[in-house]
This record gives sequence, structure tokens and C-alpha cells, in this order.
Amino acid sequence: MSELHFPWIECSILVPLLGAVWLQLRSNNERELRDTVVICVATLLLTIGELVDFTMVGTFEAHDHWQFLSWIFPPDVFVIDELSAFQLPLAALIFMVIVLSTLRTKAPRFSLELALISESLVLATFSCRASWALIALLIASTIPPFLELRRRQRCTRIYCLHMGLFAALLVVGYGWLMLSDSGTTAILIPGALLTAAGLLRSGIFPLHLWMTDLFEKATFGTAILHTTPLVGAYAVMRLVLPIAPSWALQSIAVLSLFTAVYAGAMALVQSDARRMFCFLLLSQSSLILVGLELVTPTGLTGALSLWLSVAMSLTGFGITLRCIEARISRFSLDEFHGLYSQMPMLAGFFLLTGLASIGFPATIGFVGMELLIEGAVEVYPLVGTMVVIATAFCGIAVLLAYFRVFTGHENRTLVSMRARPAERFAILLLTLLLLGGGLYPQPGIASRYHAAKELTRLRHDTPPGDVPAHAASRGHISPAAANIPE
Amino acid sequence: MNTLDIFFHVLGTAVVASPVLLLAVMGLTLLFNRPLSETTTVRITQTSVLLSLIPAIAILITMLATGIRNVPIEFGNWVTIPEQAFHFHLKFTFDRLSIPFLMLSCVLCGVVGEFTRRYLHREQGFARFFLFYAIFYCGMVLSSLAGTIETLFVGWEMVGLSSALLIAYFHERENPVRNGQRVWTIYRLSDAALLIAAITMHHMVGEGDFGGLMNSGIWPEGTAAVTSSQALLVGTLLLIGAAGKSALFPFSGWLPRAMEGPTPSSAIFYGALSVHLGAYLLLRLSPLLEASLALQMMVLSLGAISAIGGALMSRVQTDVKTSLAYASLTQVGIIVVEIGLGLRYLALIHIMGHATLRTMQLLRAPTLLRDYNDLENKIGSRLQQQPWSGVGWLPKPIQRWCYRFGFDRGFMDIALDRWIAGPFVGCFLACNRMEERITRFLSREPEPNVDSDESGFDDSMPQDITTAA
Repeated sequence: MSELHFPWIECSILVPLLGAVWLQLRSNNERELRDTVVICVATLLLTIGELVDFTMVGTFEAHDHWQFLSWIFPPDVFVIDELSAFQLPLAALIFMVIVLSTLRTKAPRFSLELALISESLVLATFSCRASWALIALLIASTIPPFLELRRRQRCTRIYCLHMGLFAALLVVGYGWLMLSDSGTTAILIPGALLTAAGLLRSGIFPLHLWMTDLFEKATFGTAILHTTPLVGAYAVMRLVLPIAPSWALQSIAVLSLFTAVYAGAMALVQSDARRMFCFLLLSQSSLILVGLELVTPTGLTGALSLWLSVAMSLTGFGITLRCIEARISRFSLDEFHGLYSQMPMLAGFFLLTGLASIGFPATIGFVGMELLIEGAVEVYPLVGTMVVIATAFCGIAVLLAYFRVFTGHENRTLVSMRARPAERFAILLLTLLLLGGGLYPQPGIASRYHAAKELTRLRHDTPPGDVPAHAASRGHISPAAANIPE
Repeated sequence: MNTLDIFFHVLGTAVVASPVLLLAVMGLTLLFNRPLSETTTVRITQTSVLLSLIPAIAILITMLATGIRNVPIEFGNWVTIPEQAFHFHLKFTFDRLSIPFLMLSCVLCGVVGEFTRRYLHREQGFARFFLFYAIFYCGMVLSSLAGTIETLFVGWEMVGLSSALLIAYFHERENPVRNGQRVWTIYRLSDAALLIAAITMHHMVGEGDFGGLMNSGIWPEGTAAVTSSQALLVGTLLLIGAAGKSALFPFSGWLPRAMEGPTPSSAIFYGALSVHLGAYLLLRLSPLLEASLALQMMVLSLGAISAIGGALMSRVQTDVKTSLAYASLTQVGIIVVEIGLGLRYLALIHIMGHATLRTMQLLRAPTLLRDYNDLENKIGSRLQQQPWSGVGWLPKPIQRWCYRFGFDRGFMDIALDRWIAGPFVGCFLACNRMEERITRFLSREPEPNVDSDESGFDDSMPQDITTAA
């Protein structure tokens, strides 16, 4: 396997982890936020370095130069490939903008240490191939929100119920998969268990209640961090896509499609801004799952492109809502708030990110959405058109929210509510990425297509060199496809 | 590429690049919080319009002089995946249909831009208006010249967004905002039909190029290269898209609501350009209509119903802008009938004449009373208004029904609200209540009290704004 020129992966995982320890040791509230911003920026730079290095290496997958975590994890667990190469900087970017847009007054209740631990876990998950380590990381990443809910003395029953089931499905499914013979129908049951786990983590109907509950009970920042990187979709990509037959995945795509339409319609009738955001995210993330489950190169390319777009745009949309909440408290969408004159920049950004999330022309998601629709119609000529309906609902919900928050009456407060410099920086950065990717989409689409092609190829090929010793000796699952390390 | 091709390419690029640059300048100045002065804004806008109009005229003259009837300007593939035969082809077409419509757009946008300079002078939202105007202008140029359905869709969406935002221009009041939302809702749903049509077209002919649908690509002589049933499918979807954009039956209810926006935007969108965009689409794909008799009948019926409905409704409105809006609908309905009958040149001329006249009428609408006053002063007596007796021969109950039909705007909004929006919202509100009930049951929490929580640091607590700033 090719090697990077620097241990980017392990550094990017360790920096936020050590940062969390540093914050715990210092316990200086005054500088806590500033230190966290520095740590997040450093992590983002490391992941960008990782992407650049990986692009220069020009291979499908590569591992770190030195592996100083090999005493904890088996060698080659942390590997960067064409799928994760973009997800890592994306996840780091999401964490950075959330931290950047945190007001000092909110810092004591939004746990920065837990955010850094979450970042470390998410980056480790996205760097991890299908293995017990991935299962452990997927389960571990559910713990920080739980701790926050406990600290806020809110009921954790719904969250625990869903995440407990998620963990159980992962453990049983993966264990069963390890013991099953590849190429036989025996892998269908563990495949189904793993699929159920992935769908649960993605909030597919009717297993989505934990998401609305989390958005209601946790801090907005934590809820965004736990949902926008789309860890559930990653689990499906790593654990299910390589082993599941196409017909099974395409059948599940119908369920994802139903969720997309249902959530889009639900977003229209919400009176709470957070719930509206939650359903919007759910609808868009379900569309990504639809693309992934189509397992056609066009659908996969569309889903992978949309993944980047939705994660970025809905993070932007979410931080705008969070900034507004920080200024005027939790608000309802039943009434007009007329905040445009107080925060014109946030209003523009809110509209832009909302439109980008639905794949409006000239934004980063436009071509991805076209590809996804094309892929869906290719597989299901009639049902596939529901993707368009889901997008239409989301589009209506976005403008409805914009009008309710920023227009409708004149807000004559003299207190300045304009964006702070850090918020402005986050806004400008995301705006440039959303518009830049939309106006010049070819490199991104080409790279995602290449990744989609490789992933499709891996579903069918089993190069002997990639077969892990323990699984190959027992003639078990198709390990190259599952990307299981040696 | 010979000299003439290079000449066309340079001019064609100028036509398309000019509104895109205008939009970039307007957007970036607002994004970086560096708003331009009113004078600079108007100058840049006028320059941009001229930089599109003059090359368009030059192209037209050259085409007339050389006898060339179709000038495609290719910018290659914006996005392509060769192995999957997926491409987003950037192609613009200058022909007998697009050039007149483009020039009409440029002239009317220029006139309205100049009118707005005084009309919105020192208004708080001056820069915002011109940003939306730039989006609209860019969308119109892209839609007019689009050589592929994907390019058309990009322009189409831009026109839709700017329309909704401009209707809600006076955003300190609820009513314009609600109307903007309603228009956006109808646009999104009808645009969904257009997008499905685009995808279907791709699957049928392997490309989104309009030329791919016609055997000979030159408008208006082309004949459809698809079967009758395929034409019916794509044509029906396109017809829904066109009906939404042009406020044809049963979407006409949004047209009077759109008049909540400032007069210049009402004039340019709903009197002149935007309302004709649906008809333009039908005109562009008119060879497709001829491939299916059923489709043709649908177009004729839709046009006729919209024209008759518009005529009835325009006569009982109590304000001038709404009355003009329905008068526009009547004319657009007639234009659609002309397209259905295959009278393509007549429809094009009708669009141009009607758009110009209606822009003038709408721009004069705010000073109508003063105009009447001047006129009466000059002739020295009151103007005599003859009552309209077009339905006088009908029985009284039918006359009353016609009045109610017109006054209630064809019952279209009522029907859409009662039969579509109401059940839809009711159904999902019930789902929402059910979800909340399940959540409460599972968590066994009382109704959340959003005023405070134990930490004393709840989201609902208004924070210290000065620290935030």
C-alpha cells in the first residue's frame, strides 16, 4: 500500500484529542474558546495537508508515514482512500466553523472538550476501514452527546434506546459477518443487521425520533456536530456497500427515498426552528443514502458530491440559526421576526446555504443533485422522480424559514446583532466554498466519480493481496470489498 | 474556426458574460459589506445591459447580412463524465426566436433599471433591489439563449428566485412576504416538473440539447425526433412547468399576489418578461407539440381557459395593478392558443408587442389618477366611462356567477388551498403531533418549559448582546 509523506492521519486524530486534555488541564475559561479555535484550525490544516499529500501520491488508498498508534490499533487500520480523503477535511471544517461561531457567553454550556473529543472520534472513524476498530469508534462517537444530555439533566432515554440498538446491531452484525461464508446467502442476515444500524444512525424513518429529540434537548452546536458529518452514511459505505447485493441495496433505497420526501414535507409544517433544521438535514441526508444505495456509478457520484455539499451547506445553515438563537433565544417559525435589518449578512448567508443545500444552480450541490436524480430515475424510472419532489419541499421550507426569521415586520432594536468577526470569517469561508465549488464543479465531480468507480469495482473484485489472513484462511467474506485491513 | 465564427463567438460571449459579471459585482460588494452608491449601481447596471444589447444587435445584423439563421455558441462541457455519457453542455443559441426575446429583455430591463433609479431613490433596499434585478436579468439572458434544457433550467431557477424575493421586497410587512412565499411554492412545484422533463429528455435522446429533440435544429422549421407518446410525456411535464411560470390555469392565483412588489419589478416580471417565459418555452419546443395531437389539444385548452378566465377576472378587480395582471394573463392565454395552433411567428410578435405595452402601462400605473386628471383638464370635461356590456345578454344568475368567479379570482386559490394545501398540511401536522406524542411517551418528560432550565444557561435566555457583538 502507498505511503503518505507525513503521519497526517494520526496527527489529525491526536491533535484534537490532546487539545481536549490541554483544555481540561488548564481549565481557564477565559482562553478556552481561543485555544479550541487554534486546535480546530490546526486540525483542519492537517487534514488539508493529508488531502494534498494523498492527491500527490495518486493512488486509491494510502497509509501514514510512521504509525505511532500501531500499539493501540492494528497496523493499517487508519487508511486514507478516495472516499475519505475529502470527508476528513470536511469533518474538520464543520468542527472549526461550529467552534468559530460559538459566542463566549455560550462557551460554558457548549462543552469544548467534548467537541474536541468528538472531532477526534469522527476523524478516526472517517480514517478507519471496516474492522472492529471502526465498530468501536462508531459506538464511541455516540458517547459525547450522551454526556452532554446528562450534564444538562435532560432525559436520555430516547437517545440511549436508539444508540444502544445501534451499538448492538453493529456488534452482532459485524460479529456474524466475520463468521459467515462470503459469496453465500449467509451474509444477508448480518448485512441486514449492519444496514439497519447504518439506517438508524442516519435517522431513516421510522428510526429518526432520536434526531429530533437530540436537537430539542442537546445544545444546537452538539446536535449539528453529531449529525452533519453523516457518520451513518459512512458506516453504510464501509460496512454494507461492499457486501450487500445490489437488489437488496436498491430496495432499501426506496425506504430512504420515502424518508427524504417525508422529512421534506415535515420540514414545511414545523414551528420550531431546530426541528425544521433537523428535518431538512434528514431529508437531504436520506437523499445521499438513496444515491449510495443505488450502487450505480452515476448515483454514487451524485451521492458523494452531494455529501460534501449537504454537509457544508447545512452546517452553514445550522450555524446561522445558532447565531440567531444566541442573540434572540430559541424562536418559533410560527411568527415573523423581521431580523433582516439587524443582521443582513447572516440573512444573506442563511438564504445562500439553504439554497445550496437543495442544489440550487451555481452552488456546489447543483451538479451532484442532477447526477443523483439521473441515477435514481435510471434505476426506478417513476419512483426516482420523488427525489425532485423531496428537493422541492426542502426548497419551499428554506424560503419559508428565511421569510419567517428575517422578514415580516420591522425590528427596531438599537442593540447591534451583526455578525462578529469570527462569525464573518466562518460565513465567508463557507460562502466561497459553496459558490466556488458550484461555479467550477468539474474537478470535484471527476474526483468523486473516480472514487465511485473504485468503490463499485471493489464490490466485484477481490484482489488476493488484500485478503486478510484471518478471514481468508477461513474463506469468509470478501475482504477486499469490505476494505478490511490485513 | 473562420473569422465570422470568431466574430460570433466573441459577441456571443459578451452577451452572456455581461449579466454574469453584473451579478458577480453586485453579489460580492454586498457579501463583503461594501455597498455601492446609487449612481454607481445604476451605471454598472446600464453598462451591463448595453454590453449585452449592442453585441446582440451586431449578431442580428450580421445574421441578416449573411443569411445565417442559427448561430450556436459553444462553451464546451461545464461538467462531464464521458464514461457515463453525462455532460452539462454550455451551449447558447442565437436564432430567430432567441434574438428578439433577448433584445426585448435587454430593452425592458434597461428601461426599468432607469425608472427604478428615481422610483427607489434613497430607499433602504435600493442595493437589494438591484441585486435581485441582476439575478433576474442574468436568468432571463440564460433562459432566452439556452441551447440545452439544463442551461434553460439554470436561468429558469434564477428568474423564479428573484421573482419571489422581489415580491417580498417590502419585507417589513407580512402580506408581501406571504405572497412571495406562495409564488415560490408554485414555482418550486412547477419547476420540479421541468426538471423531470429534462431528465426524461436525457433518457430519450441521450442529451439535453434542444436540437436533439428536433430533426433539424433551426427554429421554427424543426420536427420532433421523438415518438408521439414520448412527446406527450415530455410535453405534459413542460406544460406544467410553463403553466407555473406563466400563471396559466390553475396557477393564475399567484399573479395578482405578485403585484405586492415595487412597481418596476411588477412591470418587468409579471407584465413583461417572466410571465412570457412559459410561452417562450412552449415556443422553443413547439415542434414537440406538433408530434402529439393530444398535447396540442392540452395546450389549446389551457390557453383558452386561461384567456377567458383572465378576461373575466380583470374586469372586476378594484385596483389597477391587479387588473393589468389579469389583462396580461388574458394575452398570455391567447399567445398559448396561438402556439397550440402552430402560429409561431404570430405568437412571437404578440409576445413582443404585449410585453412592451404592458411594461408601459404598469410603469404609468402609480400616476394613473394624475394622468386622468391632466387629460380631463386638457379636454375640459370629465371622461365618460362606458359600462362594459359584454355579458349583458346572459341571464342574470349567470352574470352574477361570472362576477363572483372574477371577484374570487376564479376560485383557483380557494380550490388549491382547500383541496391540496389544506389536506397536505393537515396530514403532516397530524404526523408531527404523533411524533411529539411518541417522543414524550418514550422520554416520560413533562411538556418542556423553554423559559429556563436548571443550568440557568438555557438557549431560551436572551444573552448579553453586547458581548456577542
